[in-house]
Amino acid sequence: MPSESSKTGFLTEEELKDSPGVPTAARRQKGPVVVIECLEDIPCNPCESSCNVGAIVVGKNITNLPHLDGDKCVACRTCVYICPGQAIFMIDESLPQNRASVMMPYEYRPLPEKDDIVTALDRAGKKLGDAKVLAVRQTKKMDQTATVTIEVPRDWSMRARAIRLEP
Amino acid sequence: MRRYEMICVGAGPAGLAAAIEAARNGVQVVVYDENDRPGGQLFKQIHKFFGSQEHRAKERGFNIGQSFLDEAQELGVEVSLNSVVLGVYENGALNVMIADRIEQVKAQKTLVASGASENMIPFPGWTLPGVIGAGAAQTMANIHGIRPGNDILMVGSGNVGVIVSYQMMQAGCRVAALIDAAPEIGGYAVHAAKIARAGVPFMMSHTIKEAHGKDRVEGATVIQVDDSWQPIPGTEKRFEVDTICIAVGLNPMTQLLRMAGCQTAFVPALGGRLPAHDENQETSLKGIYVAGDVSGIEEASTAVIEGRIAGLAIAHSLGYLEESSFLEQRTQQYTSMKGLRSGSHGERRGKAKEYLNAVMKGTMDAL
Repeated sequence: MPSESSKTGFLTEEELKDSPGVPTAARRQKGPVVVIECLEDIPCNPCESSCNVGAIVVGKNITNLPHLDGDKCVACRTCVYICPGQAIFMIDESLPQNRASVMMPYEYRPLPEKDDIVTALDRAGKKLGDAKVLAVRQTKKMDQTATVTIEVPRDWSMRARAIRLEP
Repeated sequence: MRRYEMICVGAGPAGLAAAIEAARNGVQVVVYDENDRPGGQLFKQIHKFFGSQEHRAKERGFNIGQSFLDEAQELGVEVSLNSVVLGVYENGALNVMIADRIEQVKAQKTLVASGASENMIPFPGWTLPGVIGAGAAQTMANIHGIRPGNDILMVGSGNVGVIVSYQMMQAGCRVAALIDAAPEIGGYAVHAAKIARAGVPFMMSHTIKEAHGKDRVEGATVIQVDDSWQPIPGTEKRFEVDTICIAVGLNPMTQLLRMAGCQTAFVPALGGRLPAHDENQETSLKGIYVAGDVSGIEEASTAVIEGRIAGLAIAHSLGYLEESSFLEQRTQQYTSMKGLRSGSHGERRGKAKEYLNAVMKGTMDAL
């Protein structure tokens, strides 16, 4: 675990910037892609085994960090709800008018509903502002991990990582 | 006196995995558990597990527990609940209290998979109702569907502390803060990140000074500690909470093994005084095996593999499994284990296990 986050519990944008699970800025602008925020050598690889297009590689040693090949990612969102650490998000920076969407795994109940206005939070749980819910998905194979997609200003795409239902 | 080929003490992940592996090879097995439900801690693990497919990664603990129970039942394993094993003796005899009667039973092989208990720390007010173990809070919420309180202070940042904090929030509680006297978070970073982004502040290098309240917890005061773990006066901070969860580690429940006279060694990395054992999980007492937390605090997934190894070894030593097949399957289990005992969290545990094996062999002294 990197030094600062080992005291605060959350990763900083600086720590994530050049990490192997984060797609390049060029790839992010093209359209939806996952962001893997996993920087610790824990034994875990369901992201790799759930990816049908081979965009995530952990390798034989399951404590390796997941490496994302952004060009291969087809934004199917499977890894977002599979990751046992809830460390994978899907972002889309290609929305018009400088907007972006952020999809996150969500295991609290009740679930929000489409078009609800919720509060977007950053990795530290600090309030960023209001966000509209674009989609809520939950199917049987997601095994109770729903995904919630919110619409945010584009410069929150790498910051908004949680929501609070009440304003 | 009833006789069995194999007796498992404990129906948690280690005991069930051992029973399944042995029964699959033809061994007649009974599993005793003092609780009224089997599964050990698995049924309160509502989160998805780590590891890879062979470790049942991405499945939730309670679902894994259910599939172990189904498998054990299909194989004809007898699971005796409300059954407290009172003593394990050298000749293979055990005393078991089943409901209100005591029976003497005898096994050719005994596996002790009795698990662990939660550590507590004393502080002024720690006996007030509302100060509870994090594992107890988890049992209340996830097994019985009861919220232990509304506003929680979590003490301890290991995996139990961070996971239970998240589950308390899922149950609808507010977690006011998570404190730990250590300077760095002990649990997995991804678990910590999950509760940090929900707004739970981590206060490292902080310990609990006292719990407030007359008849029950009404608040808690925490205090910062310096590099020598000494409280720094003037750094107190008070929280309005009704529940204080203690998640400061687990202690292996080795009483039966020590009573039987197993050789032990002190291994802080694995939770305390532990039975020395060999690569087959057999202790210094021939015919008595160990697996899971009682042989060193690890995780459910490692407990399962240790249980499987013990089950295979027992089947082999009873003549149900040929040497070559046994060795091949044991190698598979150790290959699967290797991944779980590597990385910055697992490697230390792997080394500590090697030390316990070396004590057993006599190549290292028992501390």
